[in-house]
Amino acid sequence: MSEDNRYINIGFRRKIPVIIKYIILSIVLIIILIPIVIILFGSVKTRGDFLTSPYTIPIPPRWENLAEVLKMNTFWKMILNSTLVTAATTIGTVLICSLSSFAIARMKFRGRTFVFNFLTLGLMFPVTIAILPVYLAARKLALVDNLWGVILIHTAFQLSFGTVILNNFFKSIPSELQDASYIDGCSAFGFYWHILVRLSRPALATVAAIAAVFSWNDLMVPLVLLNSEELWTLPLGTMQFQGQYGTDWAMVSAFVILSAIPAVILYLFIQRQLISGLTAGSIKG
Amino acid sequence: MKAKRDDDISRTEPRESRYIKLKDRLTITWFLLPAIALFLIFLVYPIIQSIYYSLFDWKGFGPAVDFIGLGHYIRILTDKIFLKAIGNNLIIVVLSLAIQLPIALMLALVVGRKLRGRGFFRTVFFMPYILSEVITAIMWMFLYNADPDRGFINAIITLIPGLEARAWLGELNLVLPAIFVVLTWKYFGFHMLIYMAGLQNIPTEVEEAALIDGANKRQLITHVTLPLLGGTIRTSVYLSVLGSLQVFALVWIMTKGGPVNASELMSTYMYRFSFIRFELGYGSAVAIVMLIIALIFSLTYRRILARPDYLA
Repeated sequence: MSEDNRYINIGFRRKIPVIIKYIILSIVLIIILIPIVIILFGSVKTRGDFLTSPYTIPIPPRWENLAEVLKMNTFWKMILNSTLVTAATTIGTVLICSLSSFAIARMKFRGRTFVFNFLTLGLMFPVTIAILPVYLAARKLALVDNLWGVILIHTAFQLSFGTVILNNFFKSIPSELQDASYIDGCSAFGFYWHILVRLSRPALATVAAIAAVFSWNDLMVPLVLLNSEELWTLPLGTMQFQGQYGTDWAMVSAFVILSAIPAVILYLFIQRQLISGLTAGSIKG
Repeated sequence: MKAKRDDDISRTEPRESRYIKLKDRLTITWFLLPAIALFLIFLVYPIIQSIYYSLFDWKGFGPAVDFIGLGHYIRILTDKIFLKAIGNNLIIVVLSLAIQLPIALMLALVVGRKLRGRGFFRTVFFMPYILSEVITAIMWMFLYNADPDRGFINAIITLIPGLEARAWLGELNLVLPAIFVVLTWKYFGFHMLIYMAGLQNIPTEVEEAALIDGANKRQLITHVTLPLLGGTIRTSVYLSVLGSLQVFALVWIMTKGGPVNASELMSTYMYRFSFIRFELGYGSAVAIVMLIIALIFSLTYRRILARPDYLA
């Protein structure tokens, strides 16, 4: 009897914190969602509705502004530019990082530690801080107003993080595998291409996810490098659009929502890789 | 037969290994070349070049000829606005460490390991991190609008008797806290994610053992969970400080560093002198000062508080 009571007690006591937990989390959830929901509402209002009631639920929703943004050639051009820059940066980062990490993690040579430390320098110098020096160098190399300039700089500043992640992963692959492939007549490149890359897909996907999110969202490099409107990426274009149409908030909301959709879709697809990459190694001891 | 084969191997081995070594060296060179080249072109060379330019009064056209030595550096370190910018960066760092990270840690502990809906909360809380700073800035400019008929925050506040609408981004002593709220909104999910991964890595046996030994919930967290999270917390602090040095787009779009430099950061200061006024010599010197600050921070942090784990 008394034993039973104790169990009921424990059961009861344990339920209260769980409810409190959900209350706390729901409050945070609402705070996170408010800015997103308000701009979502704004994007389906007419200019007049927005002026009279900017943050109420739009009934019925009016799709004119979204449709107008979707009809703009410049919007699609920005999507295209951002896709190009992000795709090239992602591929470049994965390729270059995997090659250098292979050499550092799987081959013996003098100065290996030095090369590793050198390639992780970028962790200390984020591109925002180094932007003027980088811009001056890009100008000398005729990379200003050129999407290749953005791609190369984005890639260069993603190398450090990618090298750290891939170096750790490559080290964990048993050396017997490498020896066996050499005995079977594989070259170092053959081992890298046929075996290592295939075994390392999760780690490569992680590096790709982080590079993609960085490149898609970065404003700084396109802002200083790209003058011509037809080269603008989405963040730069969104900023200019806001500057130009700042008073037409319904329109700006529509633009912002549409420019956020690709990122959100991308996020839902690569969430797992992104999270494992961002938490990689930060969980030791 | 067997002996002969052994013989063969011992005879061919030296030659073959020398061949492999040469081939390996070529492979290593080719494998490292793209990464090292990109780094030399876009990191090392630019920094060295900027150190050179920082010694000249140079507007960005033609060769740099007006040598002024350390003049720019003296001007930077005596410029009240730059010192104000350093101060603002520091305020953001302190607020992040004192408010943002504890919130993230607390929420990670609340979600814990087994709560139902854990994945859902993580997905939503992390969402602001993947929206660009540009989108974040525009969204919050709507919310912060000074007119209570337009801005959601003022609309809520004016519902409470005795409180009146404020120009959140326009008042000298409100603008920095207002920006910090946006930074917290955007980045706490990232730190929460790191802490959740760290918690996941603590063996449940350790905590169970403490509970069996009679520890209560609070003791468990302060004496077992937090010490075991030490490495994770160090990493999160490192990333947070380095991250607050990088804040730019958010502030530039919302306030341009204003009003009257009240939200000026080193990054907006550097951007204004470099790309608006085109004082590239002076801008170079500012960039070098910022790089030195980042370098000093990274090196001391690594030396004193041990390496952030993600470099280990």
